[in-house]
Amino acid sequence: MAVPRYWREIPQRYNLVGTKCGSCGKIYFPPKVVCPTCRRKSLGHMEDCALAGRGTVESYTIIYAPPPHFEGEEPYTMALIKMDEGCYLMGQVVDLEPQEIHIGLRVEACFRRIYEDGTRGAIQYGYKFKKMEEAETP
Amino acid sequence: MATVGIAGYGAYVPKYRIKADEVARVWGKKGEAVSAGLMVYEKSVPAIDEDTATISVEAARRAVRSSGINPVDIGAVYVGSESHPYAVKPTATIVAEAIRATPDMTAADYEFACKAGTAAIQTCMALVKSGMITYGLAVGADVSQAAPGDALEYAASAGGAAFILGGDHLIAEINHTVSFTTDTPDFWRREGEPYPGHGERFTGEPAYFRHVVSATKKMLEAMDTRPGDYDYVVFHQPNGKFPLRAAKKLGFTKEQVQEGLLCPVIGNTYSGSTPLGLSAVLDVAQPGDRILATSYGSGAGSDSFDLTVTEGIADYPRNHLRRMLENKVYLDYALYMKHRGALK
Repeated sequence: MAVPRYWREIPQRYNLVGTKCGSCGKIYFPPKVVCPTCRRKSLGHMEDCALAGRGTVESYTIIYAPPPHFEGEEPYTMALIKMDEGCYLMGQVVDLEPQEIHIGLRVEACFRRIYEDGTRGAIQYGYKFKKMEEAETP
Repeated sequence: MATVGIAGYGAYVPKYRIKADEVARVWGKKGEAVSAGLMVYEKSVPAIDEDTATISVEAARRAVRSSGINPVDIGAVYVGSESHPYAVKPTATIVAEAIRATPDMTAADYEFACKAGTAAIQTCMALVKSGMITYGLAVGADVSQAAPGDALEYAASAGGAAFILGGDHLIAEINHTVSFTTDTPDFWRREGEPYPGHGERFTGEPAYFRHVVSATKKMLEAMDTRPGDYDYVVFHQPNGKFPLRAAKKLGFTKEQVQEGLLCPVIGNTYSGSTPLGLSAVLDVAQPGDRILATSYGSGAGSDSFDLTVTEGIADYPRNHLRRMLENKVYLDYALYMKHRGALK
């Protein structure tokens, strides 16, 4: 990914900053300029809103044949996660053996290295997920 | 003089471990003998996608969350490490952005072998005392490197801790800090080299012991205290033995050292070592407890701190470090090499 794009998306990638519709209150990630439900009414009323980082695995897949920049990490788990705020997002679940993943698993965001552009390029960081610590499970 | 101390702290240790036995097996050594000699039984290993920046962010986020301090009030972020992911480009800006403290603040990376984290604490203390900032974040973290087969390989590990320094909402007051610094080339890594070199036995008496003992003695003199006045003492932990020997030389007991002695189970986390030891002590300390912590960085220098735990500790969310110490997955040497190979 080009450095300018990575830089533009740092709030999302580091801190899960999405948007909240000032009209209906729905939270979106990634951020939206307009709420698809409220449309014109939401214009100018979409506010930044950082997700708390907690969610539940809704579905998952295990990657055995990764794209080039992720070779060496396989097998790894990608999950569709329903965040506690109601929006869905896709993320890698780390520090977990592939057989440990299951639908309904409570997860929380963590900060990891996502991708590096060779040995000379920039290193890109962002969110991944891990199993929620027991004491913090509701 | 204005009060300064710790308003928040957070620790992070990766989930993976390798046993000293397993490293010894590969190099034809006797694991039991190595472990007994160094007092290191296993060490932490970063996940394939963890580095000093990610460890620093996890520790810093924990400190911010646990303290309840608004990150916007953090006016300085300093990250001490000898394994910053970039040679040029600060780790501190990544950490500051990830805790949402940017942009009205200052930041920089520190390097002083294993004591860069405590140097960061001292800088934040000074900025708070001078009134330049309200709160400052100091991190000590490393994913330390050791050449395959080198004695360092039994201990060089990964982890870190972050401290929010300030003048109010304190969980521990820092009564005083002193340093002892000389030019002593006991351990180094040249620019562009993947692994450090060291002076074998030279790293002991003229290096670790001279600096740790001198800084601690200076502290005892300055505060007019005796070893028995402290509930806990933390020394830098390149292995499990050195801090115990330093304690004995200075007249501290094994019991005073024990709580903060993590090296036997996680190895030497370099810049994270003294900060993690202090975090382990804060996890169990009670109001009124007195703590002495002395770091050591090769090259060489020691920073010593005298702390008194405040009533604020009672409501502080604690014990996450113990949970991280217990929640572990063992790797064999081959997987350990794979984990390490992806990191710089």
